Amino acid sequence: MTSSPRGEAPSERQPDARGHFGIFGGQYVPETLMPALAELETAYHEALGDPAFHAELDGLLRDYVGRPSPLTFASRLSEHVGAKVYLKREDLNHTGAHKINAVLAQGLLARRMGKRRIIAETGAGQHGVATATVCALFGLDCIVYMGAEDVRRQALNVFKMKVLGAEVRTVEAGSRTLKDATNEAIRDWVTNVRDTYYIIGSVVGPHPYPAMVRDFQAIIGQEARAQLLEKEGRLPTVAVACVGGGSNAMGLFAPLLDDLVRLIGVEAAGEGLEGKHAATLNRGRPGVLHGARSYLLQDQWGQVLEAHSISAGLDYPGVGPEHAWLKVSELAEYAAVTDGEALEALQRLSRLEGIIPALESSHAIAYLEHLRGELGPEDIVLVNLSGRGDKDMNTVAETLGVDV
Amino acid sequence: MTDRIAAMFERTRAEGRPAVIPFAPSGWPEPDATVEVVRAAVEGGADAFELGLPFSDPLADGPVNQLAYQQAIAAGTTTATVIETARRIRDAGIEVPLLVMGYINPLLSYGLDRFAHDAAEAGIDGLIIVDVPPHEATELEAPARAAGLHMVYLLAPTSTDERIRLAAEHGSGFLYCVSVTGVTGERQSVAEDLGPFLARVRALTDLPLAVGFGIRERAHVEAVGALAEGAVIGSAFVRTISESSPEQRPERIRAFMEEITGREPGPVPAVD
Repeated sequence: MTSSPRGEAPSERQPDARGHFGIFGGQYVPETLMPALAELETAYHEALGDPAFHAELDGLLRDYVGRPSPLTFASRLSEHVGAKVYLKREDLNHTGAHKINAVLAQGLLARRMGKRRIIAETGAGQHGVATATVCALFGLDCIVYMGAEDVRRQALNVFKMKVLGAEVRTVEAGSRTLKDATNEAIRDWVTNVRDTYYIIGSVVGPHPYPAMVRDFQAIIGQEARAQLLEKEGRLPTVAVACVGGGSNAMGLFAPLLDDLVRLIGVEAAGEGLEGKHAATLNRGRPGVLHGARSYLLQDQWGQVLEAHSISAGLDYPGVGPEHAWLKVSELAEYAAVTDGEALEALQRLSRLEGIIPALESSHAIAYLEHLRGELGPEDIVLVNLSGRGDKDMNTVAETLGVDV
Repeated sequence: MTDRIAAMFERTRAEGRPAVIPFAPSGWPEPDATVEVVRAAVEGGADAFELGLPFSDPLADGPVNQLAYQQAIAAGTTTATVIETARRIRDAGIEVPLLVMGYINPLLSYGLDRFAHDAAEAGIDGLIIVDVPPHEATELEAPARAAGLHMVYLLAPTSTDERIRLAAEHGSGFLYCVSVTGVTGERQSVAEDLGPFLARVRALTDLPLAVGFGIRERAHVEAVGALAEGAVIGSAFVRTISESSPEQRPERIRAFMEEITGREPGPVPAVD
């Protein structure tokens, strides 16, 4: 690598034609899926070059999702942190999180490709709800795979998906969480590949998914960048986002990669990095899961370990391959905060700003405590508030020992 | 080193029948069960054996193999024990071709160079790594070739001519043609479009073709035998094992293999 990777517009350079981000990424899938991935890549590039696709997507993002999402100056939180904190309000999107951005775009793509049957995996249920929503909007059949443990933790989202007309298939295999739901969705895709579009919920999976989902989520960073320039006339000192699979973080980071903004991804340290956690980039090592090479929580024999986080959306032993590449290239930093820190942050943001964040996003908020003292009053921190906390109220109440 | 896979197809071709290749996870149902499983299968007519290398997230496998893998891992099966099992199979005098079938992540953890070396030394003849299509295989192919291991690639009915050429160019030993779009598991009948699919593959390669996924009975083997050089019996073989008590297991495996290979039950053939 040359001396100034930032100067080479890495976001445009990566991945290579085969979907590799450095040594990461790629297409580690059963041969059955290869033609489908090629078909998807072709359709995606055709759509990108088609003004009609962009016009329809932009229109829906504006009139259906409610974009642009606001950029909120968090005045009381700023006082607490000792720097200017801005929140990118993906929580205000229709369906309550950033997931809808990429789902809507992929729904349009599926329709373009003539695929009437949509499958998806979901952890917290946000991606499942977003997918069920878009399928209802476009009149597509929708099947969502969800681990049995997540079905229990996120009963409300399961019900929402059903109200929206989706079929939710509970996955009892393995750790019964997002990883296993993803395995089952891939098995479905292998079986029904000819008429099925698989809407992956994060910047994971085989090429072209990591790059495609990043590109569809990049609207987060593009808007935030412009909004901040308008409000402050300058870019943030630091941009912070939580990382499970990493789609909200890639969406925020990608448009800031060339700007020398310090980028911090916050993983779930769960019960602590020495105990059960989901801090893949902090404590994992490279391997292959779900079609891509990336960092992975695994034992010495390469068996994938169960992740743990209070937040179902971060409870994943893998991570998007571009994050792995940003980490080893030192283009972004990856920290981790515990369940307890996230829970405190959820309450702090609620009380200081009147915004209840999702437990996932609470990890990004929690990391601000680590930046206190490091930043001055003129520094700007841009935090991606990737989702709202409504779905987590049962979990939070349970953890705090409150009967709702 | 003699090429056991080439010799096998030479023999089965001469005998005018397909090679029948059962599959079972190594180290399953008990950690030390595999040598007896392979011995019984060979006595029942198996021409080669696929040793499954268990993986926690087998995304190309149906429920029967998923469960077996999960149990094998829980019982302590690792990449090292699979290699050791192959060595014990050879020590027991069993000389049929042995292939390791599995997923790439355990191999990456073991180290690709080290794995290729140790596997070949233990008597393994080839690798079938289901989540490594030929265009991702460069780093595995080099050490595998150097160690004398065959790289067997999978093809599916969805494979384009370009993909078939790529697999033929990178693969050796045989090509593994997946009979259906889907995961491993038993099916009622052999897919109707198998003929045209195999004809397309045949037109682009001289490698022997083996068909797998969904083959569970003699009629399937006969149907496949008319079109290909080999038939892989996966989930049906695994189920036969899981439904047998440890005491009846060798006899049940022999009976299953005799039935599916069409071999006359009779005196147990000597294993050379």
